[in-house]
Amino acid sequence: MAKYLMLKHYRGAPTPEGFVPMDQWTPAEVNAHIQYMRDFAAKLEQTGEFVDAQGLAPEGTWVQYGGEGKPPVTDGPFAETKDLIAGWMIIDVDSRERALELAAELSAAPGAGGEPIREWLELRPVMSEPPTVTE
Amino acid sequence: MDESLLRVLTPEVLSVLVRRGADFAAAEDAVQEALVEAVRRWPDEPPRDPKGWLVTVAWRRFLDAARADTARRRREDAVEEEPGPGPVPDRDDSLRLYFLCAHPSLTPSSAVALTLRAVGGLTTRQIAAAYLVPEATVAQRISRAKRTVSGVRLDRPGDVATVLRVLYLVFNEGYSGNVDLAAEAIRLTRQLAARIDHPEVSGLLALMLLHHARRAGRTAPDGSLVPLAEQDRTRWDTAAIAEGVAVLQAALARDRLGEFQAQAAIAALHADAPTAAETDWVQIVEWYDELAALTDNPVVRLNRAVAVGEADGPRAGLAALAALDGSLPRHTAARAYLHERAGDLPTAAELYARAAGAAGTEAERNHLIRQAARLNTLLREGG
Repeated sequence: MAKYLMLKHYRGAPTPEGFVPMDQWTPAEVNAHIQYMRDFAAKLEQTGEFVDAQGLAPEGTWVQYGGEGKPPVTDGPFAETKDLIAGWMIIDVDSRERALELAAELSAAPGAGGEPIREWLELRPVMSEPPTVTE
Repeated sequence: MDESLLRVLTPEVLSVLVRRGADFAAAEDAVQEALVEAVRRWPDEPPRDPKGWLVTVAWRRFLDAARADTARRRREDAVEEEPGPGPVPDRDDSLRLYFLCAHPSLTPSSAVALTLRAVGGLTTRQIAAAYLVPEATVAQRISRAKRTVSGVRLDRPGDVATVLRVLYLVFNEGYSGNVDLAAEAIRLTRQLAARIDHPEVSGLLALMLLHHARRAGRTAPDGSLVPLAEQDRTRWDTAAIAEGVAVLQAALARDRLGEFQAQAAIAALHADAPTAAETDWVQIVEWYDELAALTDNPVVRLNRAVAVGEADGPRAGLAALAALDGSLPRHTAARAYLHERAGDLPTAAELYARAAGAAGTEAERNHLIRQAARLNTLLREGG
């Protein structure tokens, strides 16, 4: 009964060993990968652990207040170094161990040659409501 | 439409169906359908006997479902042999539902969802809103839970400790939306206490009442946390405190101490103090010793260290903390507090900032970061 955000990155996460970019896979391998992700989400819906999942377009833009009466400033000095979030899934599970287990399972999605891609996922606890008891 | 009446009647109607031999999962479905029917029809045709009405409609739905299910022919035969719906006895044995909904084979989140619906009479939508998850997720938890307990017999007494743990989980979850989970947990525990004679049920009820009584004082109007010592004690609910203390005293008098009674005793000592300075910390430390002996829980020892810091001074508190695992939740925050009380402001400021980084709720994080900012400002102005 704690929510976790699983973040997938386009950029910013460490590169897994033996990484092959998706555009070098065969179409069948791409299909298998997508099907794995779908099945994973469907399974979480069945177990009652699914909260939300969304993919994000790659073209992220940094935005900043530009000053009184001026347009917003876009992008910054770090256009080439910024993280890019590819998408997220939010789960609601009974324990942190379960969250780790699910993230690892998602990271095992098949890639080139049907091998698990072992992609690094970021797992972040979602801040909760204050509990009724503190003292 | 009296929603609270439906909430009270739901478990009673469900137990009647189960007692008549309906499988729990099928009975639950039938009761939900009867509730939908009631919401639709009662505004125009209020029944004279709401419970009898619900039982009749739910039983009819159950029979319809059983008949429609040809694959369950044998069960249908069994149902047909049952005596028809007679007068509804005024007996309430929804106690069994508590044990079923908190069955050890269920995961905590499933047990909570099933308890809130079958015993609490909440709708799936209300439960989903309270836990900030999609309605479909709660629906799945409930249907999985029903499948898990479908073969469980209801004629044996269950484990009270499991039921209490589930109710305490509900209570601790805080609240959101239109369902106050703490108030709901109190309502269910009160019902349980009326049906079962067990000192720990009273202990849990007392604990919930005492914590709940102080809830209004725990947050400022802007939603920020107010620490116990700074709370406006006139905002505490004195009636709930008096009730909690009375329930606790009756439980303690039976001399079968348990974890919840010991926790309630600590909460009662806080609630009894007219000002923070008058808190009986020596007695609180003694109760923490009892509690540590009962549970061997590291979080209890952490709280005990903070109490030692109040009873015997911050240095004693820090010494007690040093003996504990530094990765425990709130360990850093407690150290920060005791260092501040000991007069070591630079260390306290640094620890508050570090504790803020590990906080699990926004209110707690904001509170700790404010503490760090307050001390750093003091240090800058002082230096």
